[in-house]
Amino acid sequence: MRSDGTISIWFFIGVSLLVNGVLIFLAGLYQLSHPPAVKVVLYDLHASVWWGAILLIIGLIYCIRYNPNRA
Amino acid sequence: MMNLGMAMITADRLVRLAPVDLVIVVFYFVLVLAIGFYLKGRSNTGEDFFLAGREMTAWIAGLSFLSANLGALELMGWAAASYQYGILAAHWYWIGAIPAMLFLGLVMMPFYYISKTHSVPGYLKLRFGEASRALSAICFAFMTVLMSGINMYAMALVMKVVLGWDINFSIWVSSITVAVYVTLGGLRSAIFNEVLQFILIWAGALVIPVMGLIEAGGWKALQLKVAQNASVEYTHLWSTLGSFKDNPMGIHWTGIVFGLGFVISFAYWTTDFLVVQRVLAAKDLRAAKMAPIIGAAFKMFVPFIVILPGLLGLAVLPMKLTGEAAAVASGGHSYNEVLPLMLARYCGPGLLGLGITALIAGFMSGMAGNVSAFSTVWTYDIYKALIKKTATDAHYVLMGRWSTFVGVLISILTAYLVMQFLSIMDYVQALFSFFVAPLFGTVILGMLWKRATAAGGFWGLLAGTVSSVGMWAWVKVDPTALRYVALSSDAKDMAENMYRGLWSWILCVVVTVAVSMVTKPKPESELVGLVYGATEIPSEAEVPLYQKPVFWAVIVTIVFIALNIIFW
Repeated sequence: MRSDGTISIWFFIGVSLLVNGVLIFLAGLYQLSHPPAVKVVLYDLHASVWWGAILLIIGLIYCIRYNPNRA
Repeated sequence: MMNLGMAMITADRLVRLAPVDLVIVVFYFVLVLAIGFYLKGRSNTGEDFFLAGREMTAWIAGLSFLSANLGALELMGWAAASYQYGILAAHWYWIGAIPAMLFLGLVMMPFYYISKTHSVPGYLKLRFGEASRALSAICFAFMTVLMSGINMYAMALVMKVVLGWDINFSIWVSSITVAVYVTLGGLRSAIFNEVLQFILIWAGALVIPVMGLIEAGGWKALQLKVAQNASVEYTHLWSTLGSFKDNPMGIHWTGIVFGLGFVISFAYWTTDFLVVQRVLAAKDLRAAKMAPIIGAAFKMFVPFIVILPGLLGLAVLPMKLTGEAAAVASGGHSYNEVLPLMLARYCGPGLLGLGITALIAGFMSGMAGNVSAFSTVWTYDIYKALIKKTATDAHYVLMGRWSTFVGVLISILTAYLVMQFLSIMDYVQALFSFFVAPLFGTVILGMLWKRATAAGGFWGLLAGTVSSVGMWAWVKVDPTALRYVALSSDAKDMAENMYRGLWSWILCVVVTVAVSMVTKPKPESELVGLVYGATEIPSEAEVPLYQKPVFWAVIVTIVFIALNIIFW
């Protein structure tokens, strides 16, 4: 929490990236185990997995760094 | 870019969302509303509601400054333009934005900020008097809600084509969401959500150029493919601008440098209150100067998620995209669909939801920017100045909340009006451009020339605006007049807009100077905080070099020049 008592915008951004990252990462993993009949171009790169993981990690860092319960 | 919505009305649905995509979209709406409710208790005073308490850091103000402009129509429209005209479209992000943003930060921001004005019309009141403020405020308020409605309608059309969503559903859900979070939290809520939207736009759109470059085989291979599928000129920024006929846009470098790079971009980025309002919310003068510079730094890289996907579309899409009429006739895809097509090409479930969320976020940030700017100008520059001059601060905050709500309602009505009369979109787009170029003439003379008088400012602004309307009407009535207004009968709409802006700006400056020379100027004591030479700008001598706005402006300038040379 900031010194004036408000939650930082960066915390909200962290939550957004974290939730989206988890959902995209899990969707990517599901596609790995259940390959779709119609695949997107460059499916073999599994963009959902690594992009979801990147968002998840960045989101997690922001959530911790700007956690309102942190002193 | 307003033709985007009209063009897409006849196309088929492009993508189908999976349940996880819908969860991502719904989560976005929940989060922006949660931010609005959370900030409700922090917007009780006028300063809080209309200027976010003037406590935004340079980063937040700078990202919000950029995000207010980064609407989804902007994203999709310029991706389409780059498919159609090649990398020339990047001029609107580089020379058409960066110099003006740096100029705003280094030269103009001190006067906006030190004068403690709430708005750009408010600055005109302090510098030139009530008549200039009333003229600019009424024009701005009227145009802003109309533009907001048009954007809303275009967004609903895009959602219908891309996702198959009902137009009424898109209009009401997005506008009610924006109305709720801006009404509750004022400018602070709008700014917070704009920063969130800015991050989501990058998170959702960045996948396309990364995957596209992998598929194309890198930049050099992309250039070769574009040269094969279109023309070698499509990947050159300046080398083809020596002649009108040597480049896909049919434009000359003088039009890009003077028309776009000077008048149009300076007018928009330095005087359009929609974007300037974000910077006025900065916590101190140094943050206010840094915010546009930070915005400029990020603006330079927006072509990576907007222009590059258009070029990649030229290189890798199996079908040839066409103009609107041809797409309607053939049942194929138009230029305007290049971004959704590229999104659908690379993004599976989850990523697709994030990409669609990025588009929705873009639409909503633009709309929130419009209604929050409208609310401030209506409350301070029209209602307080002309209707109810004395009232409590709480009364004006209440008026701000109501005007936000009413502004959204007018926008919705405009959206339905446009649905019935599509040509309104073209007229309002033109009307908006009438006012901005002369306004820049008035503001810049007001800031830099002590001799400019109240009468000079008003008559210059009026003459510039009326002449711009006159030139537009002249060409409408007699299309052959184009050769006088745009210096060539072959000029396209973009060229006509640039030259009309240039002439109206020149006329505004000439009339302002002429009238000022024969009228009595204000005494210098009344110009303190408003004009160069009469205002003491706080010294930054003690500030470390890396914290000085001018240092970062130089860095941005170097990168800006390098980018233009690399893609020459």
